[in-house]
Amino acid sequence: MTVKDVNKDGYAATQADAVALSDRVHWIGALDPALRTFDIILKTANGTTYNSYLVRGSDGVAVIDTVKEAFSETFFKRLESVADYSEIKYIVLNHLEPDHTGALPELMRRAPQAHLYISQRAQTMLKALLKQDQFEFTPVTTGDTISLGDRTLRFLNTPYLHWPDTQCTYLEEEEILFSGDVFGCHYCDARLFNDRVGDFRFSFEYYYAHIMRPFRDYVLKALKLIEPLSLKAIAPSHGPVLRDRPEQYLSHYRRLATSALDSEIGQEKSLLIFYISSYGNTARMAEAVYEAVGEIKGVRASLYDLEGGEVAPFVDLIEEADGLLFGTPTINGDAVKPVWDLLSSLAVVETRGKLAGAFGSYGWSGEAVRMVEERLRSLKMSVPIEGVRIKLIPTDEELKQCRDFGTSIGKALVGELENRIVEMAELQAG
Amino acid sequence: MAKAKVTFLDTGVTVNVPVGTRVIEVSEKVGAGLIYGCREGDCGTCLMKVEEGWNNLSEPSVVEEKILRENMAGKHCRLACQAQVLGDITVKPA
Repeated sequence: MTVKDVNKDGYAATQADAVALSDRVHWIGALDPALRTFDIILKTANGTTYNSYLVRGSDGVAVIDTVKEAFSETFFKRLESVADYSEIKYIVLNHLEPDHTGALPELMRRAPQAHLYISQRAQTMLKALLKQDQFEFTPVTTGDTISLGDRTLRFLNTPYLHWPDTQCTYLEEEEILFSGDVFGCHYCDARLFNDRVGDFRFSFEYYYAHIMRPFRDYVLKALKLIEPLSLKAIAPSHGPVLRDRPEQYLSHYRRLATSALDSEIGQEKSLLIFYISSYGNTARMAEAVYEAVGEIKGVRASLYDLEGGEVAPFVDLIEEADGLLFGTPTINGDAVKPVWDLLSSLAVVETRGKLAGAFGSYGWSGEAVRMVEERLRSLKMSVPIEGVRIKLIPTDEELKQCRDFGTSIGKALVGELENRIVEMAELQAG
Repeated sequence: MAKAKVTFLDTGVTVNVPVGTRVIEVSEKVGAGLIYGCREGDCGTCLMKVEEGWNNLSEPSVVEEKILRENMAGKHCRLACQAQVLGDITVKPA
């Protein structure tokens, strides 16, 4: 075999045919090398791939996921190179996002006998996707299997990686995990396998940081299901097939999803106080809050001036925190830009359920505190204590209000806040 | 107007509300941890665990039952955007 031949073989996915992972398993996906932005939020310097797989058993063929609609022709050509449509008994959908289900309606037309297998949570999404109710499918969960004769597909319920519907499918006899988006990345390389493609480490980590990171508790739950499996390969729905040391990618995910800060502060609750101040008034309020919280046992408070920091490291801190406070002045009827910059950068981390609040000094109207509180609620945080607003320079009495606010926040964090009773009508008026 | 007490265990707040109020409206106003996504009983985001007063909520509709099933919701779980308060209840995010 000449070098040229080796290269040709190496870039297998540039051919129109399917690419073999084994005798019975083929990649029938599509390359999208020209893509530069995915889903508005992700940069894709190397484009991406939409990976679909075909598994042949002694009693039927299964197709696992499809491709984005625009790539249907390539997908069907590859499929036809290894199977007839009449042989397809099962279609497994690990994730219903359109980049994996775009070719599904046409596949269902070409293989009308094929039965769909989806996760429990995928049911409403499937109906919305196909815009009809008249088709049959089977919802599956962890432990359910389908038999292709001498090959068996076993399902793992791995929700929120990165949609509620996501699941993984394990081919028992070949020890291949079809993982969906988890362990994937946007990296298009026709050499297809992790031991052949270029350096995709950056893409792998970038994908985790933007797609999986907000769901890291679910990543850890999924790892518990996946780690005990014997694995010859992980076949994700984007990027390289991980056949060389697949277990390394599991431990890498575990590292990425494990909190770094817990080990430093043990069982204490971490409260971060971010503030910015134009004349030092909001700063004085922040210090009073900080002082008071510091006296609550079981709370570790930290104070940060937003003016002296950058957004990304603060986002990292917020991911690990139990509670967050934001001190902001009001300028022209709004909170200030550094506060909004941070509050608009939190989609990549889980904020749901954290305790939060706001406070600030103002000159004329003082809308900022309520606006920030609204934003914190929109980020699905709990805002149990109305924030302190002070006109211009805080007096000693007003600084005491700030300390009381800090004390209440601290007590709420450790679950010691006394039960309050309020009237709905008063809340509406407020 | 008849009143009932809605207690949110996560934030330690009890709210006196007019009977018929949806739980999500109260949670939203008082800043409790029950949060909503679609608010139409479709997404399951506002799933809550009813700790006390299970019978003091409006009966779940067929649609709510279906969403609870699909979300594999545990016993005594309801959607805060659908359940209306009929008597005293104690809830927390599921």
